[in-house]
Amino acid sequence: MATATSTTGIRRTLRALLIPSLALLSALLAGAVVMLLSGDDPMAAYSGLFQGAFGDGKGWARTIRKTVPFVLTGLSVALAFKVSLFNIGASGQFVMGSVFAVAVGINFEGLPIFIHLPLALIAGIIGGLLWGAIPGILKVYTGAHEVIVTIMLNYVASLFGGWTVYAGGTQGQTPGPLWDRTAGAISETPDVLLSAQIPWLFGPPYRVHYGIFLALAAAILVWWLIFKTPLGFEMRTVGHNMRAARYAGIRVNFTIILTMALAGALAGLAGAIETLGLNHKFAPEFGGAVGFDGITVALLGQTHPIGVLLAAFMFGALDGGAATMQFVSGVPADIIQIIQALVLAFVAAPLIIRMLFRLRQQTDQDAGSAVSTSWGGT
Amino acid sequence: MTAAQSTQAQQANAGPPKLAVNGITKLFPGVVANRDIDLALHEGEILALLGENGAGKSTLMNIIYGLYQPTEGRILVDGRPVDLHSPRDAIDLGIGMVHQHFQLVPVMTVIDNIMLGSESVDRGLLDRESVSAQINELSERYNMPVDPNAVIEDLPVGVQQRVEILKALYRNADILILDEPTSVLTPQEIEGLFKVMELLRSQGKSIIFITHKLKEVLRIADRIAVLRRGEMVGEADPATVSQEDLAALMVGRKVTLEVEKEAASAGEVLLQIREIEAYTDLGEPALRGVSLDVRAGEIVGVAGVQGNGQTELVEVVTGLRPATAGSVRINNVDMTNAPPRRITEEGAICHVPEDRHMYGMVDAYSVADNLVLSSYYKRPFSSGLTMNEQAIAQHAEELVAQFDVRTPSVRTSGANLSGGNQQKMVVAREFGRPIRLLVAAQPTRGIDVGSIEFIHSQIVAKRDEGVAVLLVSYELDEIMALSDRIAVMFHGQISAILPRSQATREKIGLLMAGVSAEDESPAG
Repeated sequence: MATATSTTGIRRTLRALLIPSLALLSALLAGAVVMLLSGDDPMAAYSGLFQGAFGDGKGWARTIRKTVPFVLTGLSVALAFKVSLFNIGASGQFVMGSVFAVAVGINFEGLPIFIHLPLALIAGIIGGLLWGAIPGILKVYTGAHEVIVTIMLNYVASLFGGWTVYAGGTQGQTPGPLWDRTAGAISETPDVLLSAQIPWLFGPPYRVHYGIFLALAAAILVWWLIFKTPLGFEMRTVGHNMRAARYAGIRVNFTIILTMALAGALAGLAGAIETLGLNHKFAPEFGGAVGFDGITVALLGQTHPIGVLLAAFMFGALDGGAATMQFVSGVPADIIQIIQALVLAFVAAPLIIRMLFRLRQQTDQDAGSAVSTSWGGT
Repeated sequence: MTAAQSTQAQQANAGPPKLAVNGITKLFPGVVANRDIDLALHEGEILALLGENGAGKSTLMNIIYGLYQPTEGRILVDGRPVDLHSPRDAIDLGIGMVHQHFQLVPVMTVIDNIMLGSESVDRGLLDRESVSAQINELSERYNMPVDPNAVIEDLPVGVQQRVEILKALYRNADILILDEPTSVLTPQEIEGLFKVMELLRSQGKSIIFITHKLKEVLRIADRIAVLRRGEMVGEADPATVSQEDLAALMVGRKVTLEVEKEAASAGEVLLQIREIEAYTDLGEPALRGVSLDVRAGEIVGVAGVQGNGQTELVEVVTGLRPATAGSVRINNVDMTNAPPRRITEEGAICHVPEDRHMYGMVDAYSVADNLVLSSYYKRPFSSGLTMNEQAIAQHAEELVAQFDVRTPSVRTSGANLSGGNQQKMVVAREFGRPIRLLVAAQPTRGIDVGSIEFIHSQIVAKRDEGVAVLLVSYELDEIMALSDRIAVMFHGQISAILPRSQATREKIGLLMAGVSAEDESPAG
């Protein structure tokens, strides 16, 4: 009995890994074709990529550093998926998390690190949480689709973030409240106080901070929440069958709002960690993209927390090795973004992968159908 | 080709059969839906295809209608092998199908629906007049009166079905497949349909009549073919075979068709419904002042054609749909519009929902998780922050054994169970806890005879324990078999409440059709 269960467990895991692995492989092959078409050498590019990501200590450091935010924004999107909600808003939630965290991080001089740093992190979490809760509340009370609302809130967050660090105009317009007065015409905040910075695990030149442990802890926490707690049971029930959830006495509206808030909190934490651990300040150009990549990471990870960890690591390696690839092979680093976009296309359209590799359609629902179910409405 | 024809011809008395199915096997991944099926349909014959849910009736019909391609075997029409790649091919060969769920566009007229897909065109414009004339001619010939200009959604279900049949006849169908055509009809409408079928037969049409209702088969069929687990297990002659024999053939063992029960000893009123009003999802009035009492130890059956407010009544009682007026009291506590969980807990109520896939279960969940769907948050399944998987699994093992849910393991996902076992799983969950009030909507919908027998006996057992039972069913036989009192719903109202002793099929049938009975007074 026990062995039977564990073998089916392994089989299920392998099956879950199949589509994402093939999607990644297909994206790399398609990337190679693009390189060939533009007269580049894909072998040189990919060996440069690997070297850059894992070639030495600095490579590994880059990969891990890039992995951290992908883990958290990926978890944010994946958690919402479990409740059949499509959180396109990780980008805006990330920005809000950054702004809230930096607002605490540049103030309160004299606080000890064990108070200041947690405060700043919590501020970031709250920023993302509030930004995530809004689409949840609007969905429940007005029926507004979370996809539309989160997309629009991304713009709002981005513009809000820009305003907070606005350097002021030449005609004497008021600068933003978080703007660094010593920065001249540059729109950015001052550096986060040392007492609010996440300490280095390995200092320069590696620049790996303790945020990686926060990301790992978040992944475990999300896994535990979804699969081990009554709340997670409620969330999954709402995600699978909203009517059955109501029938079972689950407060569906509450669950939707809570899920969106928690998803926002995860993306907000991502923003806080990037700000307090790596950038040490906020500027309009920080953020955004990593939130959108969270969608790809969540789908590549089959919306499972462990899968998200693996997918985030893959994306971290792609980003970490991109610069070296360009340096070694001359292939522009932008090709990495093309590959990442192709990964999304292949994961979101598992039918293409099934056709390419002649796989049989699975009978039971697999996580690859997350996109279609979340768009189904009820 | 000719060799096969001659074998077929030997089977039939005269000429090749209208439609022959030779050695059809259909494999789906992991499932044999049809295995080596032979079937012949002769001209001017009504062939009943009998079988439980999941026996492979629909698969076979979908193959004949070109929706599926068989893995093996072939189909012959008029003795000629044919290739069916789509319903279009089937229609061209004179095969027409009336699906259980009508394929009509509700906002379009009868004419438009009938010509849809084979439009008659005159100088680039739709030629509705000639179609209308043809419809009139057909409806006269087969005695199916219908107004060609009526809009489908305004028509009663029985007339919509007529339109479906006319649609097939308009496309020159000689072979008609009727998939569970009686499930949406009142007894009187069923009799009307049978008259039409007889008329069609007398004019040389061949009909395959799919059903799981034994009485109807014996009433109308010329020949009966029985499918079980994808295989043809026998043919029967309706003149000589009994209902019991057919049921045994269908299920593969002896079954008791009658529900054995003692007289009810009704106690105090446990469920009191007063003047309830509610709306459908589309905002139309569904309940217009419904009052009903259910006492401890009695089964009150709500009869009626589907869509007369039964669904909404159950949803209001269980807290899933708001009542806009009136009150619901359970055990003398006002529960009008209370949250479902409060009704479940304080009312000690259990609810077997009408549609198990929509409400009653989560397909992707394991049997074990489905069995705690309404109690997952309680001890021992949940202790504080975490769920106790061992307790959930143990609970599942017990219920699966007690209610005979056939599943490879309690970890198997609910979706992989057969319909009957899914329903038994839902019943096990709802019956497996202490209750005072049972609300059962269509408790045996789409499940096999064996499971029906079991669930019926469980419902009677609950009644005998003193549970008040509100039973909603569209199967009049089920209502008649189980109820101590029968309430008939029509157009959102209860048109009559009769003690079982005074209820006859004819009387109930008339009430279901909205014919008021002067001598019956609605009373609590």
